[in-house]
Formats: sequence, structure tokens, C-alpha cells
Amino acid sequence: MEEVKLHYDVNAYDFTCAGEASGKLKRSLKDLGFDASLVRKVAIAVYEAEINMVIHADGGVIDATITPECITVVLADKGPGIPDVELAMKEGYSTAPENVRSLGFGAGMGLPNIKKYTDEMNIDTEIGVGTTITLKIYNQ
Amino acid sequence: MDVKELAEKLELKVLCGKNLEREISGCYCGDLLSWVMSRAQEGDVWLTVMGNINSVGVAVLADVACIVLTENAALDEDALKRAEQNDVIILQTEKNSYQMAAAISKMI
Ligand SMILES: Nc1ncnc2c1ncn2[C@@H]1O[C@H](COP(=O)(O)OP(=O)(O)OP(=O)(O)O)[C@@H](O)[C@H]1O
Ligand SMILES: [Mg+2]
Repeated sequence: MEEVKLHYDVNAYDFTCAGEASGKLKRSLKDLGFDASLVRKVAIAVYEAEINMVIHADGGVIDATITPECITVVLADKGPGIPDVELAMKEGYSTAPENVRSLGFGAGMGLPNIKKYTDEMNIDTEIGVGTTITLKIYNQ
Repeated sequence: MDVKELAEKLELKVLCGKNLEREISGCYCGDLLSWVMSRAQEGDVWLTVMGNINSVGVAVLADVACIVLTENAALDEDALKRAEQNDVIILQTEKNSYQMAAAISKMI
């Protein structure tokens, strides 16, 4: 398998599309023949990061690089940034507004889930500029 | 046991799903999506009152066997559309999640 690169745009505040990019990526990984448990890990992690871009930022872009050894996904937004990353990573911490809580979001479990399901996770964020999350999942 | 048998025995209303022959391996209850996302197992029956489009997204990604909307929770129209596109089975019952889970645990 050659290196495969995939790109997705994520719209802001569009819950009708939320989860679409991670769903598409999941299908592509399945078609490429990756193991179901690896596909599930990638799908969960990317879904959480995608939803965060919809809820907390103004949408953004997702770029995935797939090789037989490793799946790397970069999710970049131009949202407000995360003031305290350590706090944001805590289970249960959420600034989700009431209108999205009523949809089932806001448990404060998204970022901890990403950590749990990836081998490497890096958050690069600047207030007023945006947030870039880089995820790596190895195929072992 | 598959979803078809579950739906028949527990008299669940089928809101979405053409092929109900999907094996069931367990059950998970919850309404907070990122909680469900990481805890529900592949093949679980997912009991929830969340009938919006995001539930369908979670069901697809977590690979649950089906969604059961308890307490007759409503299914949004756009959620139904997304479920049809993604072959997600959605059932409905007037029972609450506790009653449903108790009944399922006797069957699997
Ligand atoms: N892309 C982002 N831009 C700005 N802030 C973010 C971003 N992602 C996360 N955050 C901040 O980090 C907090 C924790 O995120 P996390 O995903 O863990 O929980 P949540 O999105 O609030 O709820 P859940 O994911 O459980 O539905 C958010 O409430 C928000 O304040
Ligand atoms: Mg989140």
C-alpha cells in the first residue's frame, strides 16, 4: 500500500454534518483492509476531535495520512483556542453551552477519549488563533 | 440472538432498519454521547432517550447492533434519514431504560 492522504472540511455549527468526516475516514480505513479494532480507535478519536471543532471552534479541516504502519490525523481550526489545556484534558471538564448539552454533548469526555484511543496526541493551541490536534495511531 | 428476535420478543417498534439480522452481544445504557462512544462495545444494544442525528453518528462509529429509544423518545427526521443512509437499526419502546436492560439481561 502506498501512502494515502485524505482531506475533509468540517462546517461550523452544522450538527447535521457532524460526524460525517470521521464516518468517511472510517469507511476508507475499512476499505483499505485495516483491522476492525484499529478502525474503531481511529473513528472514535477523530469523531471527538471533529465534534469539538463544530461545538467549540468555527469548524476546520481534517487531514489524514495513512500508511500500513501508522495513521496520522491532523485537525486544525481557527477557533478561540484552549486557555488551559491541562484542565480541558480532565474528565468531566466542559464549557459546552446548554443548547449542545441538550443534544447529548458536554460530558467533558471527548479529549480524554482521544487520549485513551490514540498512541500519540498533541494539542497546539493559541488564544484567538486556533487549535491544531495531531493524533497518531500505530498499526501493531 | 439477533435484533430481529429481540424486537419480536420485547415487542419493540421498528423505526428504521430493513435487515434486522444483526447479532447482539451485550447492552449499554447512556445519553451522554462521548461517554457512550468510548464505553459501548461493538454489537451492543444501546438504550437511550437521545433520538437526534448525533446519536446516529455515535451508533455508526461505535458499531452498536442497534439503538433502542426508551420511554417512547422521539426520533428526529434528519436522524431517521441519516440512519437509513448508514443502515443503523432503530427501535422504540414505551419502557424505560432500566426495565429494558433488565429484560435484555434475561435474554443474552
Ligand atoms: N477545538 C477546540 N477549540 C476550543 N476549545 C476546545 C476545543 N476542543 C475542546 N475545547 C475545550 O475543551 C473542553 C473539553 O473538551 P472535551 O471534548 O473533553 O469535552 P466537551 O466537548 O465539552 O464534552 P464532550 O466531548 O464530552 O461532549 C471543551 O469544553 C472546550 O472548552
Ligand atoms: Mg468534546
